[in-house]
Amino acid sequence: MATPTGRSFPHPELTDAEAGALTFPSSNSRTFNYFKPRKLRASMYEDVTMDVQPDPGRHLTQGWIYGFANGERGYPVEWTALRSGDWHAFLDPNEEWEQTIYRNNAGVVRQIGLNLDNARRAGAYQTWPRSWALFVEQHVGAWMHAEHGLGMHVFIAAQRSAPTNMINNAVAVNGAHKLRFAQDLALYNLDLSEAVPGFDGSAHRGAWQSEPVWQGVRENVERLTTVEDWGEAVLAANLVFEPLVGELFRSHLVMQIAARNGDYTTPTIMGAGEYDYSRDLRYTRALFAMLLKDEKHGRANAEVAGEWLARWTPVSLAAVRRLQPIWSQPPERVLSFEDSLDRAKERFRGLLSDLGLDEPKELER
Amino acid sequence: MSRQSLTKAHQKITELSWEPTFATPATRFATDYTFEQAPKKDPLKQILRSYFPMEEEKDNRVFGAMDGAIRGNMFRQVQQRWMEWQKLFLSIIPFPEISAARAMPMAIGAVPNPQIHNGLAVQMIDEVRHSTIQMNLKRLYMNHYIDPAGFDISEKAFANCYAGTIGRQFGEGFITGDAITAANVYLTLVAETAFTNTLFVAMPSEAAANGDYLLPTVFHSVQSDESRHISNGYSILLMALADERNRQLLERDLRYAWWNNHAVVDAAIGTFIEYGTKDRRRDRDSYAEMWRRWIYDDYYRSYLIPLEKYGLVIPHDLVEEAWNRIWNKGYVHRVAQFFATGWPVNFWRIDGMTDADFEWFEDKYPGWYEQFGRWWEAYNRLRHPGSNKPIAFEDVGYEYPHRCWSCMVPCLIREDMVADEVDGQWRTYCSQTCHWTDKTAFRPTYEGRPTPSMGRLTGEREWEKLYHGWDLADIIKELGYVRDDGRTLVPQPHLDLDDPRKLWTLDDVRGLTFNSPNTLLNEMTPEQREAHLAAYRANRNVTA
Repeated sequence: MATPTGRSFPHPELTDAEAGALTFPSSNSRTFNYFKPRKLRASMYEDVTMDVQPDPGRHLTQGWIYGFANGERGYPVEWTALRSGDWHAFLDPNEEWEQTIYRNNAGVVRQIGLNLDNARRAGAYQTWPRSWALFVEQHVGAWMHAEHGLGMHVFIAAQRSAPTNMINNAVAVNGAHKLRFAQDLALYNLDLSEAVPGFDGSAHRGAWQSEPVWQGVRENVERLTTVEDWGEAVLAANLVFEPLVGELFRSHLVMQIAARNGDYTTPTIMGAGEYDYSRDLRYTRALFAMLLKDEKHGRANAEVAGEWLARWTPVSLAAVRRLQPIWSQPPERVLSFEDSLDRAKERFRGLLSDLGLDEPKELER
Repeated sequence: MSRQSLTKAHQKITELSWEPTFATPATRFATDYTFEQAPKKDPLKQILRSYFPMEEEKDNRVFGAMDGAIRGNMFRQVQQRWMEWQKLFLSIIPFPEISAARAMPMAIGAVPNPQIHNGLAVQMIDEVRHSTIQMNLKRLYMNHYIDPAGFDISEKAFANCYAGTIGRQFGEGFITGDAITAANVYLTLVAETAFTNTLFVAMPSEAAANGDYLLPTVFHSVQSDESRHISNGYSILLMALADERNRQLLERDLRYAWWNNHAVVDAAIGTFIEYGTKDRRRDRDSYAEMWRRWIYDDYYRSYLIPLEKYGLVIPHDLVEEAWNRIWNKGYVHRVAQFFATGWPVNFWRIDGMTDADFEWFEDKYPGWYEQFGRWWEAYNRLRHPGSNKPIAFEDVGYEYPHRCWSCMVPCLIREDMVADEVDGQWRTYCSQTCHWTDKTAFRPTYEGRPTPSMGRLTGEREWEKLYHGWDLADIIKELGYVRDDGRTLVPQPHLDLDDPRKLWTLDDVRGLTFNSPNTLLNEMTPEQREAHLAAYRANRNVTA
């Protein structure tokens, strides 16, 4: 075939510029050598995350070149009351980078989609008693707001503030989980509005905004959005609110009682939220374990964490207490509120004990 | 998902936000802009249940291409001249990307519109993607390209190299200072809407012409997310325009952001494209031609000018002057010449220009040879060690420049340099606008109006000052730009790896004293300073 006249294109040239073509100083220097990997070889996660957010304490010789009006610059370590001998020692045990983020979340999305498709095809919602449908439209529906508020105004806000890329990325992924899960619940609610006769797809808003049982949870979430210290926000959300309120509602109530009420779909959605939290808890524990074991600052960090636990435990317990009436609403009650709360407290104590933190006395009030 | 169900689903997720009554989110990042509660729609209706699988699919395609490149021995055909500049570019760009992620809560906090928040939150996740996918591309280059030196010290070098600091503005500018100035005007309205065109579209095309099809694979995948970000920025702009009090701030910030982006991005990307390529086809667009298409026509004429209908004064004069600097004042060529002058303190190698390059430049930029040709001939003549010093320390008629305090690119268009005593220190600026940026814009008042949220220019802004009076060998050692034999330099002013005698070592650069032009300027008497500045501006800096 003739070449069209006037067509111009670059002509590739064989350059032999591949690794190993010649031997010279550094011709085999094929690792990022400006950080010390945790193991012998750096993981992909370390390679793509470490030192992308520079630090005047490491290599940033000219310092931050823009400042806030009050003189603060970059990512001040003073933006939390916690202290560390080496913030860069924190590595996310989930090793989140773009490939893991999309694989995990796309996997969850697919799993939920398949479950919902199957439930629709099987007519799974037709066997729901009306009282259970009411429970789902109001209370399961109300929970979407808690997840959204935490995602948008606690975790996404906090990922601007920590002194290393490793912490900020972990918190950013936490925020993405929360927003996705909130949307999972919202879109589930939409599905139910279309599939369940009489299902009120707007009832969740009223429940969240004004039902007395939800006002404690809403207050807890709204107060969490006011926290400026990113360390406090992560602790109060992931180590206090989540075990005492989040898991209590998702695992110790909804997932326990749904099947007995003829609903095998809602637990699969809630399970996605629990899976997210298990990942988010993993980084949170690793972060606080590092800070609490810090040779120089560990004791002071424990004091700070203790103050935060004393501040937030009563808030979350108050939220839980106000939620209590919903335990008696489903027609089939499998477990009592006190049983659920005991499990949540046990979990909370376990988390604190693993970290070597004292149990706040407010827990038994 | 059908369009109808997407609309319905998006409508549903707008129900997630609520009006708080117990407490309102902390205002962590202040702004002097004011926003009324205004019902603005999320422009892109992005839902995470479709977003995550879509991005996963995009990723799979990128990773597939990466595998293919390795299996197909792509590096047998990449041009070293091109790849060397990637050591600089890919050291810089992951930071602006991750900074954009960090900037999102600043915009979310400043704009009281939950529908916009959704788009900004998705942008945050995109930006984490971009940062890590670009780091991974660099990792692949390091593993498979002939010379990994420079890639192996990448993020450290980004943090301590003068060129990294220039690039760092395109990142720090997103996350610090007034929340809207940073996260909306600088980041989205200018950097993303205007300059990602040259970064992520023009540059990949040049990469492909130089045998590298992975850069286009990764960066076009990145660019496909940018359109959403541009819409986020535009929505916030329209909200800001609804309040008359914002107009003055918008006009200030457009001037600053436009000029700084031009100064920084055109310096870097212009150099990569014009001096990093081996593709010298006459009908290949020059950077100036690309700029005219992507920036002047697509951004300025199609995006900025229509904003005038909202009564906004847009910086016509600065757009024209940016073009004037690129087309008539040789901005990109002067920057490339400066990078090459400073080769010993780079962490990449710079290939000299050949006759084929000379012809192309003269054809594309008439008069190029008269200004720059003989200097590049001297660069080639002095490229090997043994009988000469690095070109910066030889008398080739090139006077090392002052650095601009604002954009930190040196004052290379010498007749335009402004010098002023600001904050008790003599500072030099590349242009009137950079002078204005420091002296007028980044201040707690602006045209008599309090601007308490506006940021400040901080840091050791003149890199040379850190090493004033040092021996060049000690500087390079301190920077860590030495290869694994402990003596050969990472930077070289050529691409000849075949003979160790052609490679510069610490011994070849020892005994050369490096000075800070700004320190010297401040040590001068007023008379000396005046004479020096006049001579500086008058010096055409042409090699005889």
